[in-house]
Order: sequence, then C-alpha cells, then structure tokens
Amino acid sequence: MFKKAILAACLTLSMAAAAQANTLVKIDGSSTVYPLTEAVAEDFQKMKKGAIKVTVGISGTGGGFKKFCRGETDISDASRPIVKKEMEACAAAGIKYIELPIAYDALTVVLHPQNKFASTMTVAELKAIWEPTAQGKIMKWNQVNPAWPDMPIKLFGAGADSGTFDYFTEAIVGKSKSSRGDFTASEDDNVLVQGVTRDKGALGFFGYSYYAENTKKLKAVAIAEKAGKPGVLPSFDTVKNGTYQPLSRPVFLYVNAKSVDKPEVKEFMEYYLANAGKLAKAVKMVGLPDKAYKQAVANFKAKKTGTGFGGVPEVGVSVEDLLQREGKH
Amino acid sequence: MRFTLQEMRTMIARHKRWDHIFGLVGMLCLLLGILTLVVLFGQLLLQGMERLTPEFFTSFPSRRAENAGILSAWVGTVAVMLVTAMTAVPLGVAAAVYLEEYAPRNWMTAIIEINVTNLAGVPSIVYGLLALGLFVYQFGLGQSILSAGLTLALLILPVVIVATREALRAVPGSIREAAYALGATRWQMVSGHVLPYSSAGILTGMIIGLSRAIGETAPIITIGALTFIAFLPNSPVTTDFPFISFKWLMDPFTVMPIQMFNWTSRPEEAFQLNAAAAGVVLLVMTLAMNGLAIWLRYHLRKKIKW
Repeated sequence: MFKKAILAACLTLSMAAAAQANTLVKIDGSSTVYPLTEAVAEDFQKMKKGAIKVTVGISGTGGGFKKFCRGETDISDASRPIVKKEMEACAAAGIKYIELPIAYDALTVVLHPQNKFASTMTVAELKAIWEPTAQGKIMKWNQVNPAWPDMPIKLFGAGADSGTFDYFTEAIVGKSKSSRGDFTASEDDNVLVQGVTRDKGALGFFGYSYYAENTKKLKAVAIAEKAGKPGVLPSFDTVKNGTYQPLSRPVFLYVNAKSVDKPEVKEFMEYYLANAGKLAKAVKMVGLPDKAYKQAVANFKAKKTGTGFGGVPEVGVSVEDLLQREGKH
Repeated sequence: MRFTLQEMRTMIARHKRWDHIFGLVGMLCLLLGILTLVVLFGQLLLQGMERLTPEFFTSFPSRRAENAGILSAWVGTVAVMLVTAMTAVPLGVAAAVYLEEYAPRNWMTAIIEINVTNLAGVPSIVYGLLALGLFVYQFGLGQSILSAGLTLALLILPVVIVATREALRAVPGSIREAAYALGATRWQMVSGHVLPYSSAGILTGMIIGLSRAIGETAPIITIGALTFIAFLPNSPVTTDFPFISFKWLMDPFTVMPIQMFNWTSRPEEAFQLNAAAAGVVLLVMTLAMNGLAIWLRYHLRKKIKW
C-alpha cells in the first residue's frame, strides 16, 4: 500500500514537472548557421549565469523548418529562405514568423592544392560540370575547357538535404536541387575536405568556414560571373562588398512570432542581433553591414512577420533590400 | 591395413604439425582483434592526452576547443543510463521469468522466443525511428532524458531477456522440484530460490546490455538529440518538500557519443583532439562497466552453495 502511494506521488510529481514551463529557448536547423548560433548561445548563457537555457540542434535547414512549423522550436536556423511547402506547413499550424538575415556565408569551390590550371572558373564552366545532363558524360577536365589537361574529374558536394546544396544548384545550374547525381555527397563537410585533399583531379564545394580552416590543404577557385570578367576569390572583403557572386548568400533566423512574447526568447534575440556581427567573424562567417543589423532589430521590434522571398529562391539579393520588402505568408 | 612404426611416426608428426599450425592461426586471429582495440585506444589516448584534464570533466561544450568539456555529456549519459536500467531490468527480468518458468510450452511461446532472439539483432536505428514516432510524438515526451532512456531500454531489452533466461536455465531442476516438494507455490520457488541463484548471471546480462546502450549514437540522434547543451538537467534533489524532483526526466540532454560526433564534424582540427579525449573517456566507461560485470559475477557466484 505504502509503495503504491509513493509510486503515485512520484508519477504526479513528474507530470507536474512536465507541465511546468522552463525558461528554455529551443533552436534547431541548419548546420551552416550552427557555429554562429552556438557561439551566441554560449556567450548568452554565460552572461545570464544559467538563468536562461538555450539548446541548439543540427537537423539541417529542411529538418529545422519541419520542427519549427510544428511549433516545437522557438527559432529556426536556415541557410536558405523558407520555401513554399514550408510556408504552407507553418500557415496550416497557425505559426507566424519573423525572417531575419544574420550573416553571409560564401560557398567556396575548392580544388586539390596542386591543381594549377583551374584557378579561375566561370559560372558557365561550373554549370557544364554540375548540370544534370553532365552525368556520366563530363568525366574529364579537358571536356570542360580544352586548355585543361586530360585528367578525370572527381566531384564532392553537400548532401541533397542541405540548404548549401539547394543554393549551389540554384546559383550555378539555375534551378534549385537540379544536379548530376554521380558525385560524393556528404552532410559532413570534413568528409568532403578529406576527399578533395586525396585526389589531384578533385573539385568540391562547401561553406567558407571549412575552407578557412584548411587553407593549407585546399585551394579555392576564383569565380568569374561571366567569361571575360575577372575571377573573384572568396574572402571577408569580397563577400561584404558584394563582388563574390553568385556564391555568397545570406543565412537566416526564423523566429516564431508567438515565442517573442516569452521574455527569454526576446532577450536572447536582442542579444543575438547585437552581437552577431562580432561573433560571425570569430566563427569565420561574414557579418552583415551595420545598417542591415539595425534594420533587422527594427523589424524584430515591430514584429514584421512573413518572408521577403515568397517561397521562390533568389540569387544575389541584397540584405538591406530584403529587410525592406513586404512580408509574404 | 598395416603401418610400420616409421610410417606411424611420420603420420603422428604430420598431425601434430597441423595441430600447431591451427593453434598459431587461432592465436593470430585473437591478436588481430585485440591489437586493433589496443592500437585504437592507444591512438585515441595519444591524441587526446593533453585534453584529459580535470577541467575537461567540469566544463560545458564551447566553440573554443581548448575550453570545451564534457560536463553536460557525461551527466546526460549517467542520467539516460539510469532511466534505461530502471526500465529495462524489471521488464526484461519479468519477461524472462515468465518465459522460462510460467509460460506453457506451445507454438505461441516458441514464436515469442524466436522473436525475442531476433530482436537482439535489429539495427539500432530502427529502434530510434520507433521511439521518434512513439515516445517523442505519440506520448509527447519530446527530446527528453526520459525518451532517450526508454529508447535505449527497448534496445537492450532482448539482451537482458536472453541473458536472464540463460541464467535461469543454469539453475538445476532439482532445486525447483525440492521447493515444490516442500509445498512452495511457483512464485515462492522463483522469488525464494531461482532468482537469487541466478542473480549473478542476470546482473552480467544487464551490464552487458548497458555497455551496449552507452555507446549508441544512431537512435539518440534519430530522436533529435544532436544538440548544443551547455547546462545540466534539473537536480533530482531539492531543498523544499518533498526533496525529490523528477523534473530532470523531461529535460533536454546530450550524451557522450553525440558530443564526440559533434566534435568530429567540426572544421577546426583542435576539436578532433577533444573528440579523441571524449572517446577515451567513453571507452574507459564501457570497459569499467564490463569489469564490474566480471567482478560481480565472480563474487556472487562464490556465495552460492548448492
């Protein structure tokens, strides 16, 4: 009898505990944005001395939006804007969101360091390598450019669930998710780094931070938008001044509009926007211009919901422009 | 057929040669297995040595590799293992006792038995998917310590059942008959005799199950625990009445293998050292648990006198 009473008491207690609200900020989403959000979360929790708990998950941009539109998370990290399907899912669940660009990432195309011939590539050349019709056909470097040697091309790229893959295909091939299938795909960028360093004919792409940590083992390709234009190497400056095109992209936070009413989420977001520029540099990402952060803070304060994209991916949008746009739901 | 002495001697020598050769091959196979583990452990140790400081155990994960530690990871692992043990052991032992001592021998029991053995071979990711649907969404437990503990409990349940049944079978039938002869009911026979005698084997099974669970990554990632956590779960002991809190069961968490996984996918090399150091800690935890199983088996067996 006594044992039963204890058991019942335990159960009630655990139920009560479950029902009680924690001062918890839940974030999930892109692995590209993760380093920045993690850095902010770390410093924020240190500042608050543990009074507010923050969890940051890595489910990929798509996986993050799935949870976000079910109302499981307060904030979603995204390396591409929200797409139509996800907008519909959020709308169906009655979830409104504030879209905030928080940094730039430069997608970097990399080669084996001993590759001397392809130091500069045009978007058209990259397209010839990556478009779906190249599958099984474009297998050697001289098929892309006759000046290049008769050497097999080995391709490495981000996995199909990542926002990085979506953006790369959108910017290079012209259609999101449209790519040849015969390349080594991995969500783990270290696998790609290893692959490219082992093969002289290798070509791969991933976020700038992985290149920045491995500059001795890898060589970045200067990207020329059109034939005849000069190639531009990815760097903090070329991303910030907008010359590294079309592979530099803004990355985003999506904040559940309802969560903003919770003081802990509001405080965290204010801290995030105030420190993103400084911390972006620390995690090898490129911060937005100050003006853009100011505009983002204003949008956040005004609870401007919806996306500036309308579910259609775009390449080469300026962040300031984006923040001014009318939000679509 | 007749052999001369000489012929018989060469035949024996030939057979003995084969005997030696097999012994040598067998030993090489054994060494290969052990050497791999030793080399792996040695390499991890060499790599992670400089990170294995007291601070490593008392710091939260951080973006700066040299400040990062495994505090939230090892506390999470201990909490999850606690839930796993609390669930899997009573369930597994009860199921095994029923199957071994109570269940009638018919085709139903035979099917259940075969399935229990088969379940032990189901890939762990499948349990993760089951748990994601059942615990996380259906029961609404979320990405909590409770969800993870229950998932791993499901995973090791077959191991516990099989080990417990082996242990129960090792108890001689004469003990059971003697108990019945004195008028004991089946439950009195099981609780008073069979269970105490087989406790060594049951404990071993439980610990082997737990040492499998402690290194599992896939099912835990599936329920969504790949997360940056820089805080501890709520304390189970509180200052106000009733002094015990179960809040921690519903807290978000991370565990050792996930912390390692997170570090190995970092761009900075320095994090690879952290991953190696965490690997050493995890390996030591597993080896310690296996050691404990051997020690318990030895000491509990000594106590039994038939």
